Amino acid sequence: MINKLLIIIGIIGMLLILLPILVNFQSPTNLSALAEEYVRGSVNDLKSPNVVTSVVVTYRGLDTLGEVTVLFLATLGVGFLLENKKNKSTQRTVSENIRTTSSFLVSLIMVLGIYIFTHGHLSPGGGFQGGVVIASGFLLLILSDLDFKISHAILRFVESISGLVYVLIGLIGLVLTIGFLNPAILPLGKYGDLFSAGAIPLIYSLIGLKVGSELTNIIATMGSDRSSESVVKEER
Amino acid sequence: MNSLIIIGLGVIMIAAAIFTIYQKSIVSAIISAGVISLLASVIYLILGSPDVAMTEASIGSALTTVVFLYALNRMRKEKKDDK
Repeated sequence: MINKLLIIIGIIGMLLILLPILVNFQSPTNLSALAEEYVRGSVNDLKSPNVVTSVVVTYRGLDTLGEVTVLFLATLGVGFLLENKKNKSTQRTVSENIRTTSSFLVSLIMVLGIYIFTHGHLSPGGGFQGGVVIASGFLLLILSDLDFKISHAILRFVESISGLVYVLIGLIGLVLTIGFLNPAILPLGKYGDLFSAGAIPLIYSLIGLKVGSELTNIIATMGSDRSSESVVKEER
Repeated sequence: MNSLIIIGLGVIMIAAAIFTIYQKSIVSAIISAGVISLLASVIYLILGSPDVAMTEASIGSALTTVVFLYALNRMRKEKKDDK
């Protein structure tokens, strides 16, 4: 009883705190000075129609590098803690519907994922979203095909190479003295082309590969007992 | 019109959240938690931020749900082994 009373008092308190914001809310009619600078710079200097992408990859590039590092550490933790050491094999059957549909859908999902991260500078989306879509494609493969095994060596290779090249692209910018992670190390091209906006498509593709392989690794570690068995055997 | 859709979606989201808390079956609770993210991504799309909507739909409703279900499966298996 007292618990419920406390919860209700807490909700009312939150309401009182948030009420002034709700009452005084008016949607902004013009951009702030910083936002205006970003929009102008994205279109004129970087030739990237998607302002969100140019902020994430260029203006806040160092933050994105940190974000990718955080995701990498999280994956490392999941792989380390959830490794299945008991070597149990589960008997699982796959429904005919999932098997038939997945053979058709997986290729489409993969193409969509690759489209999302290669067109990150033109249309909504980017490396993180594309990587998650690719990982969900692999999830469908794991669910539908009992004999499907993901080679952890390939995942590790793709993940580490893309991370390394991402940092190297940043360092090339430092060597050319135009700034860390500046996409102008490659020709900027024509506004709206696929190969435009300098290194932004390249960087976002690398992020997409990295995120995709990391999340696939999490799903494979958590989902299938077989793949973790093979890891244990490799280590012995 | 847009604000009506957003209010309707918000009401469904709150209902789904309450359903998640008071649901006895854990699988139903996990799925209704995924529904909250899916509706949130629709709201982001209406408010004009497709990038955030994509992230929310793919991570919030797809991947998180799957990870929760895997964790539930694993907990059940370990409980069975203990007995």
